[in-house]
Amino acid sequence: MTISRQDVLRVAELAYLELTPEEAELYRAQLDEILNYIGKLQQLDVSNVQPMTQMAFASVEPKTFPDVSPGETEPDLREDTLQPCHIADAVLEQAPDAAKPFFRVPKVIER
Amino acid sequence: MSAATPWTVAGIQTALRAKKISAREIATEFYADIDRRNPALNAYLALSRERAFAQADRVDVATACGEKLGPLAGVPIAVKDVISTAGVRTTCGSKILETYIPPYDATAVARLEKAGAVVLGKTNCDEFAMGSSNENSAYGPVRNPVALDRVPGGSSGGSAAAVAAELAVAALGTDTGGSIRQPGACCGVPAMMPTYGRVSRYGLIAFASSLDRIGPFAGNVADIAAIMSVIAGHDENDATSAAVSVPDYVAAIEQPVQGLRIGVPEEYFAEGIDSEVKEKVLAGIALFERLGCRRVSLKMPHTEYAIATYYILATAEASSNLARYDGVRYGLRVPGATLIEMYRKTRARGFGAEVKRRLMLGTYALSSGYYDAYYLRAQKVRALIARDFSEAFQKVDAILAPTTPTPAFKLGEKTADPLQMYLADIYTVTGSLAGIPGISVPCGTTKEKLPIGVQILASHFNEARILQLARAFEKAGGFTI
Repeated sequence: MTISRQDVLRVAELAYLELTPEEAELYRAQLDEILNYIGKLQQLDVSNVQPMTQMAFASVEPKTFPDVSPGETEPDLREDTLQPCHIADAVLEQAPDAAKPFFRVPKVIER
Repeated sequence: MSAATPWTVAGIQTALRAKKISAREIATEFYADIDRRNPALNAYLALSRERAFAQADRVDVATACGEKLGPLAGVPIAVKDVISTAGVRTTCGSKILETYIPPYDATAVARLEKAGAVVLGKTNCDEFAMGSSNENSAYGPVRNPVALDRVPGGSSGGSAAAVAAELAVAALGTDTGGSIRQPGACCGVPAMMPTYGRVSRYGLIAFASSLDRIGPFAGNVADIAAIMSVIAGHDENDATSAAVSVPDYVAAIEQPVQGLRIGVPEEYFAEGIDSEVKEKVLAGIALFERLGCRRVSLKMPHTEYAIATYYILATAEASSNLARYDGVRYGLRVPGATLIEMYRKTRARGFGAEVKRRLMLGTYALSSGYYDAYYLRAQKVRALIARDFSEAFQKVDAILAPTTPTPAFKLGEKTADPLQMYLADIYTVTGSLAGIPGISVPCGTTKEKLPIGVQILASHFNEARILQLARAFEKAGGFTI
């Protein structure tokens, strides 16, 4: 057994998911099976492998680099400047509880 | 439908320009068909009639005034419900976004409309694109139009089914681990996953940001090329969209394929593949040889680790991306005495079982004490899988493989066993992890008449090569081999 009921409850807490006792057991068994399968990655020797951490291919032309490997180029970043955006009202209309220009939530600060 | 107009991009362009039919008439015919047949299929979740007719009228006015029409003028297109459409409800197949109406359009949708396309509505999908059968939609499964007791594949099952049932000429889907190619194969329609970064993800509601891609379904390869020409290209609103020039795909597809080297990786024909799928895909490969392509046997030794790698990375990214659904800014809110209680109750009620399972798996993989063993290791194996491909593309121009190990399975067949469902993606997750483009095109059927798909993969940004091979295969009768 890779994952215990205790682990499942802790992960559910981290992910902000409320689980019923039945769900906790169902997910424990399913996650256990999946994690056992995933365990096959431990068979590989990856000690000399660089992790693939990003997927940007900025400005890579296929003619010059037909097989460029992901992560070999830096992304083309735009200038970090303010752009006008007039969707605030439309966004607030989607809120379950808005008091323009704010979203309202249960009290978070006790005094 | 009118026998006079072939429902293809080219057929519609000819008919509109000859004034044989108007864009409004086309949309009206498609909606009539959708009203009649969608209840049995459940391919569409929402119809955008007002927006579609306004767009059709713009096309018709332009035609009447003799203005130049866009390349997709009047073409009825469906859009997967994870792609934002301003003013049109977008649920991601989830209860947590049941009432959500995006304030803006995804770039891909805006580009389609700028080219004259008519967006008919939003298509059903697995919740947040997590699934391989469409059975994870909170709004009920889509049925495969070829066999109603079978799944259409997933997660873009509604888009695949809509095109296969001719309830749209084309559709946008998204592919994270196979969600375009696999339903394309299950429903028997061409379906393309572009290179990562080729099509802007702006307005695509995120599942796994290093894997998510938008791409088209259509009835034929020329239509895929026409849509790719419109949606591909850099977008300043998506920093990961590539500033790589976009070739004329429509012109590229008629290039001869003689002399191209096609790689066949032995790992994709090993245990677990259905015998009829194997037989037809090998027959498809033999057809490419008859067209003058040279077959090269390949070994891609890390293939067997792809599912494990994918389900760590995709779920880890999802656990971060889906943190935004907390009942504060949009979607469902379930009240709680404290903010944390509100989050927990909202997410417990709003998310379905598969989403919760993946969020927990991803949270676990990223959690303290497990990060190196799972997430970091998976990133390293991803590099090995990508290397398998870059080494292969030193030797070959494209790779051919089955899209799925089996034809479409029966509804309910795999829902009780998540791991078995994950293994349906075994041949598609590899290309996803490597970031390369791929297409699935029909490659005959089983004796039961269930569609089989063959996958064509090429190196980064080489969609033109893929489309050229797919078109040659189509022209040579490969789709019905």
